[in-house]
Amino acid sequence: MQTTRSRLAFKTVHLLIGMLVPLAVLIIWQLASANGWVNAVLIPPPKDIALEFGRMLSSGELLSNLRISAGRALLGFLIGGGLGLAAGLWVGFSIKAERLLDPSFQLLRTLPHLAVAPLFILWFGFGETSKIVLIAKGAFFPLYVNAFLGVRSVDRNLFDVARVLQFTRWQTISRLILPAALPSLFLGIRLSIAVSWLGLVVAEMMGSSSGIGYIINDARSFSLTSVIFVGIIVFAAVGKLTDSLVRLTEKRLLRWRDSIGGEG
Amino acid sequence: MLTIERLNKTFAAPSGPVVALSNIRLQVERGQFITFIGPSGCGKSTLLKIVAGLDTAYEGTVELNGKAITGPSIEKGFIFQEPRLFPWLTVEKNIAANLSLRSADVRRRVDELIELVRLKGFEKAYPKELSGGMAQRVAIARALLRKPEILLLDEPFGALDAFTRSHMQEALLDIWQNSRTTMLFVTHDLDEAVFLGEKVVIMNPRPGHIRNVIGIDLPYPRKRTGASFQELRSRVLGEFEKVESPPQTDVGAGI
Repeated sequence: MQTTRSRLAFKTVHLLIGMLVPLAVLIIWQLASANGWVNAVLIPPPKDIALEFGRMLSSGELLSNLRISAGRALLGFLIGGGLGLAAGLWVGFSIKAERLLDPSFQLLRTLPHLAVAPLFILWFGFGETSKIVLIAKGAFFPLYVNAFLGVRSVDRNLFDVARVLQFTRWQTISRLILPAALPSLFLGIRLSIAVSWLGLVVAEMMGSSSGIGYIINDARSFSLTSVIFVGIIVFAAVGKLTDSLVRLTEKRLLRWRDSIGGEG
Repeated sequence: MLTIERLNKTFAAPSGPVVALSNIRLQVERGQFITFIGPSGCGKSTLLKIVAGLDTAYEGTVELNGKAITGPSIEKGFIFQEPRLFPWLTVEKNIAANLSLRSADVRRRVDELIELVRLKGFEKAYPKELSGGMAQRVAIARALLRKPEILLLDEPFGALDAFTRSHMQEALLDIWQNSRTTMLFVTHDLDEAVFLGEKVVIMNPRPGHIRNVIGIDLPYPRKRTGASFQELRSRVLGEFEKVESPPQTDVGAGI
């Protein structure tokens, strides 16, 4: 019990130390804007941002737009990530598929969002489809690359074991390759989710009438900087939250790893 | 019964073909314990892989109960030098591997084997939490669960410390006497070969072939310090001295 309590106290101290810098920045920021050292229109004081946040939250504006954005990001991630996972596994399993497809995927991987967004809008219009496709395009590649690497990095010695124990082809995939590739898959999922958020912002700012990206873009035309700050903060917070959730799942599922679990 | 006739195996090397096994002849009765000993490069591990069906590029006849060996199967259990457990599975799930613990029969057999290899209390442990000896016992239990007719062991205790190794040797003899599984045991340790085997097959390299087969007519459990044990040990060692020059370096490792 003693150790649990002292470890808890330790963690609290660490947390407090980590908060010192952001806290200092906030205080200086507040003083600077309130005293007119900086232009309060361009850099509104934190208090105003907090008030704006409260207003948008209570009016329901924030949550309804967040729900729309999150829905888009999720759908795009599921479609793009799912296809990326499938393609990565396939190319990982088959040398033939690798020769056929990998060069093309690597070529497409380097295309930036902003370069293809105009095309997607022309093809799919300003509606939901172009946004989802853009997000999916981003989410595809991290999972593709990491699934491919994961499959290829399975310990060769364990394949001999699978042969000796007469694993069927399906058992070799489901009981050897997939579990062994799981650490890589989790990395791919985390990167894909991060890229989905990036794609979402681009998609919503290119032309949209709802979503957090739209709120930011709309606030820009009216110079409502505090609203822009709220939008940015929401993006950051939700992004961090989803990443933490995936990491938590990862930690639970990968307890068997040498590097994960145990102390600290 | 395992029958090997006129077995030849050639590896393609950059410098040209290398004969790994030359004209191997061997007959193993069901339930026998055969140890293979020889310096590295004598082809003893290659021979084991061929019997396991892991290596099928050979010439000659290799038959188990009159049927040619064309690939791996659960009748031929294989214990590698390293335990090669699945790191994401607990001990009991590693033993079950592709069989389901939800099946009452598998569950019962797994529990029996855990008892047999003395791992009670570690059923839910992950491989990272096991010592080398414990992990190797899990690997043995995993092979035994399939009720193999023949168990192939490729220097299974080579990486263990002397104390654990001698404990594992006794445990293996226990298992053998209870299950009457045919054992083919490859080692480079002279004492181990004489302690375990009913017959010691002495192999030597370039090209790999069987030099001699010496029967060890000693009752189990054997005493390493006994005079007859020492006498047989000297005979095996004597075969080596004929085989290898200079022999001391290679054989000395096992003393």
